[in-house]
Amino acid sequence: MSLLINTAEGLYCPAAQAWIDPHRPVTRALITHAHADHAKPGCDEYWATTSSAGILRQRLGQSINLRTLNYKQQQQIGNAVVSFHSAGHVLGSAQIRLEVNGEVWVVTGDYKRCPDPSCEPFDPVPCDVLITEATFALPIYRWSDGATLAHSIKEWWQGDRSRPSLLFCYAFGKAQRVMAELAAIGVDDEVLLHGAVETVTRHYRDLSVPMVPSRPVSELPRKESLAGRLVLAPPSAHRSSWMRRFPAPQTAFASGWMAVRGARRRKGYERGFVLSDHADWQGLIRTVKESGAQRVYVTHGQNDVLARYLNEVEGIQAAPLAALG
Amino acid sequence: MERFAQLIDALDGCNGSKRKVELLSTYLAEVPANDGCWALNLLLGERRKRLITGRRLREILQQSTSLPDWLFEDCHSHVGDSAETVALLWPQLRDKLPSSPSIQDSGISPLLARVPESPPLHWWMESLLPSLAHCDSELQTQAMTALWWAVPEERHFLLNKLLTGGFRIGVARGLVVKGVAAAFALEETTVLERLMGDIEPTASWFEQLSAPLDQKRTNRGAVPYPFFLASPLQPDGLCDTDPHTWWIESKWDGIRGQLIRREEGVFLWSRGEELINTSFPELVAMAERLPANTVLDGEVICWQKEQSRPLPFANLQRRLGRKRVSLKLKEECPVQFVAYDLLEDGGTDLRDQPLTIRLNKLSEYYRSIDGPEAWRLRRSEGEVLKNWEVLDELRLKAGNGGAEGLMLKELQSPYLAGRKRGFWWKHKLEPMTLDGVLIYAQAGSGRRANLFTDYTFALWDRRSDDPADHQLVTFAKAYSGLNDEEILTLDRWIRRHTRERFGPTRVVDPELVFEIGFEGIQQSKRHKCGLAVRFPRILRWRQDRSAESADSLHNAEQLLLQRQPNAA
Repeated sequence: MSLLINTAEGLYCPAAQAWIDPHRPVTRALITHAHADHAKPGCDEYWATTSSAGILRQRLGQSINLRTLNYKQQQQIGNAVVSFHSAGHVLGSAQIRLEVNGEVWVVTGDYKRCPDPSCEPFDPVPCDVLITEATFALPIYRWSDGATLAHSIKEWWQGDRSRPSLLFCYAFGKAQRVMAELAAIGVDDEVLLHGAVETVTRHYRDLSVPMVPSRPVSELPRKESLAGRLVLAPPSAHRSSWMRRFPAPQTAFASGWMAVRGARRRKGYERGFVLSDHADWQGLIRTVKESGAQRVYVTHGQNDVLARYLNEVEGIQAAPLAALG
Repeated sequence: MERFAQLIDALDGCNGSKRKVELLSTYLAEVPANDGCWALNLLLGERRKRLITGRRLREILQQSTSLPDWLFEDCHSHVGDSAETVALLWPQLRDKLPSSPSIQDSGISPLLARVPESPPLHWWMESLLPSLAHCDSELQTQAMTALWWAVPEERHFLLNKLLTGGFRIGVARGLVVKGVAAAFALEETTVLERLMGDIEPTASWFEQLSAPLDQKRTNRGAVPYPFFLASPLQPDGLCDTDPHTWWIESKWDGIRGQLIRREEGVFLWSRGEELINTSFPELVAMAERLPANTVLDGEVICWQKEQSRPLPFANLQRRLGRKRVSLKLKEECPVQFVAYDLLEDGGTDLRDQPLTIRLNKLSEYYRSIDGPEAWRLRRSEGEVLKNWEVLDELRLKAGNGGAEGLMLKELQSPYLAGRKRGFWWKHKLEPMTLDGVLIYAQAGSGRRANLFTDYTFALWDRRSDDPADHQLVTFAKAYSGLNDEEILTLDRWIRRHTRERFGPTRVVDPELVFEIGFEGIQQSKRHKCGLAVRFPRILRWRQDRSAESADSLHNAEQLLLQRQPNAA
């Protein structure tokens, strides 16, 4: 029997009697990271990394039955040896390595290869079978380093101090990375946060991630002018009533999708910063090669593109994850 | 070039019209004339000769990378623009090359050497890019690669766009006109007038455009007046006005034309500001009998002599864009000019005069013109509205006469420029509608890239007695009519219900029904279902209907018979 199989609940490891990032409540869940599409509530038992525990409990409930492991720490679960290895995606994100009878499978979860001052770097893990994400698996996606992006964000924000600068980005991971990248290039101005960003940021502060100082917008006196301030908010706040607090702002969105002009214009942001927490094309292929896997399954996004490319151009046996029974 | 690139970036990164006009006028006021003419040429989306095709750029890129064709196609359908796709893929090529190729060519090398100095826009448009376009294939590959090396990556999109043409960056023509007017303290109408002819990318053209208004001109030569455009009728409020102040005439489904007679010749302009003399030589011959310095506004339409109703639009379509018209085509698709306004009479500009006076003077022309082609000048029959109650009846009558609806014109109104609301209204017939089944979807481009927004709809062919043989036949494509939220919902549905893919086209489960509205229907040999419709668009998503209950080809043929009784 295969070490991992597809079930209605998600990827299942019979040896460990555990599901990886299940979509529905199960008895035992191994969680790669605390983003909502990977960590669902209602499971009897959760396994995750120590550094993801704070956010996971905040999102799934303080009372969940959560067992934590440090990166690389090996744990016998059933007949499998399970370990978590840094994925470089967000704070506490991990690839999950499963070993059964000498055979090794790795599920990457979401990951990136560019350095990120807000979380541990990606840790390449050799394996026999690799299951990789493919969110940005097209060669048009190629990321610049964080410092370059931080400089352009700074230039954009400080280039017009007559009005507030609203930078939209995902509340967990991206926002904290922006703050950490800004700190890394020497910015120390205070940044204002939307409530959803603030709640997550606290966990980063608890683990002493170096970031620019920040304060929730709600703590400022109602009348205080916000001209010249940088404000971080989740995309859901764009064009919401929350934006009324900011007269005539300049707006931008930080995301890998901003690489394509049409995507930015459709979303109606004035400016796009191509800053992603997923691997770009180069990063995906490098990861597949470094893993030394003989077989690769691809999930999320452009899975058919990456699988076909690996097969036809790189000569690596690959298929969309659905092909795994 | 750098200054122009900054303008484009700034325009691209702002959503407000007011700000866009400011950016444009600041730029235009300070730009040298020899660059300004190119900037306007590009911003107004003038049709230019394509220097290098997107396909060729792609070929150059692919030559040195290991990207398979299918992968390039996938990228392209994701991005929706070849110039941008090539720009985004450039790093893939750069990685394969140790350094910029060195080029030994006495023509192109000195030009490439100047690139780092960031030369002005006109140098790119007049020297470097045309030279690059004329290189032979091998040299072109090398030179293009060297140019990509020399130009910063964030400028590749613009560079590729300048080469491949089709330069559109989301600045409407109206905003550019406002920008020019603001930059040089001119009236918008003056700018519109000056932009009517060919836009030549020369310094002297730009100087004429930006020159202060000269006093009292008489003869404008071939230059047409800006067209006055009607708006769709909004009955609220209008019905409170005195019906007797309105002139009613049929709205014909031809193309708008301005016919200018000068001593030096005849000029027939389309609304798209193209000179269309060669497509309609009979109208030119007719106009030669008009007195000098006459300018008529009207409709070019296919209409047989002594017939009471015009020919379907498809006939006119056969004549559009022709450089030469054969005798056969002249016979099959005879044209007339339905004149409904007089803009200039014996050299006097009548545009400030009330419509009644213009119409009175116009009626003299119908009488005075002679010659074998005189029948081609057709009077636009009209009447003063008696009361508002008869409006719908009149519209129906116009429709039965082969028109697409009514025009309402205020009798005291002047002839204005552009779409100014209040004096001219169009009151079209209600569109015909059919319920079609969504069967194919394709991603849009530009703002709609990577979003399924181009839809193909089908009707049932139920001619077979056996219901099992009933099949869906492609009937119309539509792109507009859904709101953003519906587009997103439908996009997600399409991704989940894709049966098959043919390149960028997806075949979806035939389940969803949409009400399609259209203006005209006619027989067509080119279309699979044997019918062609005009201006198809989505009226609404019929979530209350199943695919089985959608309309059939038979229903479409019934509509055809209603509108064109002789089509059978």
